[in-house]
Amino acid sequence: MLSIFKKEIRSFLSSLIAYVVIVVFLLIIGLFTWVFTDGNVLILGHANLDILFFMAPWVFTFLISAITMRSFSEELKQGTFEILSTKPITDIQIILGKFFASVALVVFALLPTVVYVYSIYKLGQPQGNLDMGATMGSYIGLLLLGASYVSIGLFASVITPNQIVAFILGLFLCFFFYVGFQQLSNLSLFGSYDSFVQNLGIQLHYDSISRGVVDSRDLAYFVSLIFTFISLTFLTLRRRI
Amino acid sequence: MSIEVQNLTKIYDGQKALDEVSFSIGGAEIVGFLGPNGAGKSTTMKILSGHIVETSGTANILDMDVSKEALEIKKRIGYLPELNPLYGDMYVREYLSFIADIHKIKDTQKAINRVIKSTGLERESRKKISQLSKGYKQRVGLAQALINDPDVLILDEPTSGLDPNQMKEIRSLILSLGKNKTILLSSHIMQEVEAMCSRVIILNKGKIISDDTIEAIKKNWDMNTIQTYVKFRDSINEAELSLIDGVESIKSVNERIFVIVSKDNLDIAEELFNFAIASNTIIEEQKEQEMSLESIFQKLTNHA
Repeated sequence: MLSIFKKEIRSFLSSLIAYVVIVVFLLIIGLFTWVFTDGNVLILGHANLDILFFMAPWVFTFLISAITMRSFSEELKQGTFEILSTKPITDIQIILGKFFASVALVVFALLPTVVYVYSIYKLGQPQGNLDMGATMGSYIGLLLLGASYVSIGLFASVITPNQIVAFILGLFLCFFFYVGFQQLSNLSLFGSYDSFVQNLGIQLHYDSISRGVVDSRDLAYFVSLIFTFISLTFLTLRRRI
Repeated sequence: MSIEVQNLTKIYDGQKALDEVSFSIGGAEIVGFLGPNGAGKSTTMKILSGHIVETSGTANILDMDVSKEALEIKKRIGYLPELNPLYGDMYVREYLSFIADIHKIKDTQKAINRVIKSTGLERESRKKISQLSKGYKQRVGLAQALINDPDVLILDEPTSGLDPNQMKEIRSLILSLGKNKTILLSSHIMQEVEAMCSRVIILNKGKIISDDTIEAIKKNWDMNTIQTYVKFRDSINEAELSLIDGVESIKSVNERIFVIVSKDNLDIAEELFNFAIASNTIIEEQKEQEMSLESIFQKLTNHA
């Protein structure tokens, strides 16, 4: 698994994907947090990073789909998966190696935003007037959300050897899992099941963790979601050979 | 037994790609897998290398079942897939190091240097794979298959698409490897199999139609039959030509060119000369040719 992880990281770095993803993420988040007038921390005068944690899931929908779109589609198209599958490594190890490499990239993208936390911490009046519990919770939520998107993106990528199709499919699935279930439940179409449908979506659990309360139910949700998509990736991969 | 296959069958979408194939290969020898495209060569190799799973039957490598002890087998085999897929954006050494890493080879650098030397990649070892010529890419493919110093090598069309010089180099490399490894290689080129293999398994439509040494195949198929190729200036009636004494069979290429097989390998040059005079024509070209392994292959696979 480690060999696949290292190879993927190297591939991100050598193909500029890593730099582009990190720079674009920081640029969009930075602009919304400090420059654009909507939600600008300096204009609103609230010592929090709500705008970052609101924007990040949307930016991730695009960026993570872009990171993962080539994971398997490229291997299947080029035939290199045949090389991997005939080496002493299991399919699950290959999938997990790719999964953790993409999650690592998400972590690298998030790390520089710690500077924003420090800036807000310093700018608060009185100094340090920042809800660290909520901020930490939001980071954990964002990381879990990112990992969920990665698992969805890997699944989209194993379905088709066409990277563009994988990207669009990943984008749609991430979008649907983030807000789709929430919006469906808002339509009150399912009667007593509305709350169940809402629970299937990422947004409810992300918002819950973002408040600073890391509930085991939310953690279980994210772990189950990741496990489901990793399993689907595994099953689809076997069927495609 | 290095490789043992029993009643191996593979069905793709209701179609039998392999139909009850059985064969076994002992120690260090080079065995050729021969057959037209779609005969089932690659399918057999993919099952042996653990890339796909058989529908029924068993395949053992080094006395281990490929479907039950896949990981253990993969540690001890080397496989070169048909189209030699490679990561074009990786450097040669980087790629070999990645493969060595998967094999958990302790002294990675030593293993890389060994395969780079044996495949003649020294000058290209610091280049990006996408920048290499086809011949060198094929060497990289072979190098990755050799990195774990495997006991069994499975090479799917190892020289396809190479120029004659590259082909010669790869052949001599395979021949030297065959001294202490079991090598199963596939090809649809007869000369290649003749040049490298001691034994040939001919596959057609998913079934084995011949499994023998090259000498035995030549003997069984009466390789020493002499054929006479003859080209007349004018059109000739095939029926009249067949009346010549000693002619067993005639294959007409067109109305002027014929390939004649004589009875008991009789020399019919004089008779042909007299026939040409009698027919008021001249012989523009005439040569004798032995029946090649190629024509046996064509006969066996019904492509004659």
